Amino acid sequence: MNIVVLIKQVPDTWSERTLSDGDKTLDRASSDAVLDEINERAVEEALKIKEAGGDAEVTILTAGPDRATDAIRKALSMGADKAVHVNDEAIHGSDAVATAKVLAKAIGTVGDVDLVLAGNEATDGRSGAMAGVLGELLGWPSLTHANELSVSDGTATVKRETDEGTCDVTASLPAVVSVGEKINEPRYPSFKGIMAAKKKPVSKIGISDLGLDASEVGLAGSLVQVDSFAPRPPKSGGQKVEDEGDGGAKIAEFLVGQKLI
Amino acid sequence: MAEVLVLVDHVDGEIKKNTYEMLTAARRIGEPSAVVVGTPGTAAKLAEGLAAHGAEKIYVAESDDAVNYLSTPQVDALATLVERVSPPAVLIPAGADGREVAGRLAVRTNSGWLNDLIDVDGERAGTHSIFGGAFTVQSHVTTDTAVISWRSGSIEVEENAGAGTQETVDLPAIDGARAAKVSNRAPIVGGDRPELTEATVVVAGGRGVGSADNFDVVEGLADSLHAAVGASRAAVDSGYYPNQFQVGQTGKTVSPQLYIALGISGAIQHRAGMQTSKTIVAVNKDPEAPIFEIADFGIVGDLFSVTPQLTEEVGKRSS
Ligand SMILES: Cc1cc2nc3c(=O)[nH]c(=O)nc-3n(C[C@H](O)[C@H](O)[C@H](O)COP(=O)(O)OP(=O)(O)OC[C@H]3O[C@@H](n4cnc5c(N)ncnc54)[C@H](O)[C@@H]3O)c2cc1C
Ligand SMILES: Nc1ncnc2c1ncn2[C@@H]1O[C@H](COP(=O)(O)O)[C@@H](O)[C@H]1O
Repeated sequence: MNIVVLIKQVPDTWSERTLSDGDKTLDRASSDAVLDEINERAVEEALKIKEAGGDAEVTILTAGPDRATDAIRKALSMGADKAVHVNDEAIHGSDAVATAKVLAKAIGTVGDVDLVLAGNEATDGRSGAMAGVLGELLGWPSLTHANELSVSDGTATVKRETDEGTCDVTASLPAVVSVGEKINEPRYPSFKGIMAAKKKPVSKIGISDLGLDASEVGLAGSLVQVDSFAPRPPKSGGQKVEDEGDGGAKIAEFLVGQKLI
Repeated sequence: MAEVLVLVDHVDGEIKKNTYEMLTAARRIGEPSAVVVGTPGTAAKLAEGLAAHGAEKIYVAESDDAVNYLSTPQVDALATLVERVSPPAVLIPAGADGREVAGRLAVRTNSGWLNDLIDVDGERAGTHSIFGGAFTVQSHVTTDTAVISWRSGSIEVEENAGAGTQETVDLPAIDGARAAKVSNRAPIVGGDRPELTEATVVVAGGRGVGSADNFDVVEGLADSLHAAVGASRAAVDSGYYPNQFQVGQTGKTVSPQLYIALGISGAIQHRAGMQTSKTIVAVNKDPEAPIFEIADFGIVGDLFSVTPQLTEEVGKRSS
């Protein structure tokens, strides 16, 4: 089995996130960057398949700037075998579809891939559609929002859970699967894992290695253009009152004053 | 006037309110055409409501397979229609299923995709709210068709009678090797309370509620206010309340008239899902809890004494 796990480095949600004035893209420099939590779960799921037997190879794939190397190291130290890092100035500013085009080409460099694992939704862009978009580009089925995954005899089966409900989904391999927040608890990298990760191969490539042209990616290749952005006016706290046995009544009074009840 | 396609959001033969918002938004751009993808007989149940909210045309794409595959029937139906009528925009609900349909449709028709819009004008300029409402962003597509995923609860629904002329769309046969087959569908049953993302009032409980049984207190207040119930991730992770009610960065984004947070500290990831609420009320026994930084009215106190009293006061006023 040849498994590719898509990972993304995102601004730490504990830090303030902002956009850059110039090209109105995410200002990645101004906040701490971490491996998106959901991607740790995708890596975990790939490692579980590998450990369940069969000779699976797990390749980490990311499209991102220099410092995405940290996210790659983390995934490798969890136990993945190798990584592909697409790092190219031209990719900066790509919308979801343009990013997917880069990833689809990069998956092609990994050989005969059976399974692509992704997170169901990143905490920064929240487009929440990478698996579907990639499936469409590759001509493969996408099984999305998996809370359970099993793979056997050339078939992937997932239990899918979304706000709309639950269902079972099956499709033949090769396929793209996106995992949800509840699928597993990711392992912590062991000391041995961290040491081993330093020696694992990371292939660094640019878009020309993928046969893509600068006009097909980044801001130039995106079919959506951002015109402007504005921070929400800061909300200041209002009244704060100590409960003296009449807290509930006080809230009721406030709500009446606001014509909310 | 150009036709604007709206993918109808429906469950169990009923139209979801989001559909009416999308028909309202579509009318700013052109003539709204509703697209129903479902099992045979679905459109007949929905036609009246769609026409009453402005659908001039209703495209009927019905087949038994419509519910047997993930997103593919919807993408196929919309792609067929995009080809046929070259709409300036296609509006699709921004839920999990809808975003998948939208992303795939954008690729298939080579259209720009405006994801998770909360507003759009007649020139197809879209407004997004990102990072949990910390920023609003304006954007537009450079293509003839804009694929728009629409966040529910964003605009007021307008009633607007449309002709509602029905027209059949044939769904192409599904290629089994490229589609994901669905079985054992179990839609989430919402119960009698309003849906979280559509509710005018949301009452949410956090880890401070302490147990699943104690959530009765939260539900009691919610019912007195005809509100939806929400929960923090800590409450969901502790098993106090089901996953689908999680509010926050990795849960739902809500923007009701009134949000009441009970025993919720107000971590940045929770705030990301509720800070655009018009009025925020918080009850927390820790005066330093960050939720008070954004609360319009806060009580420092024990939720188990404050909440029942509030429920009673609300009851008095509504009877
Ligand atoms: C990537 C990521 C995504 C996340 N996504 C989400 C998300 O979508 N939604 C979300 O909510 N969180 C999310 N979190 C978690 C978030 O950081 C917080 O851990 C979580 O919101 C805390 O929930 P809480 O406020 O209920 O619990 P706590 O932080 O434990 O707060 C409980 C509060 O209850 C108060 N309290 C206790 N007893 C009482 C009482 N009797 N009366 C009154 N007050 C009382 C306490 O003073 C305390 O302030 C995410 C975290 C990460 C890292
Ligand atoms: N630049 C990227 N490089 C690698 N994987 C990505 C990238 N962007 C998104 N993904 C994958 O797609 C998932 C969903 O992201 P999104 O569609 O941005 O919400 C993420 O959890 C990743 O698995």
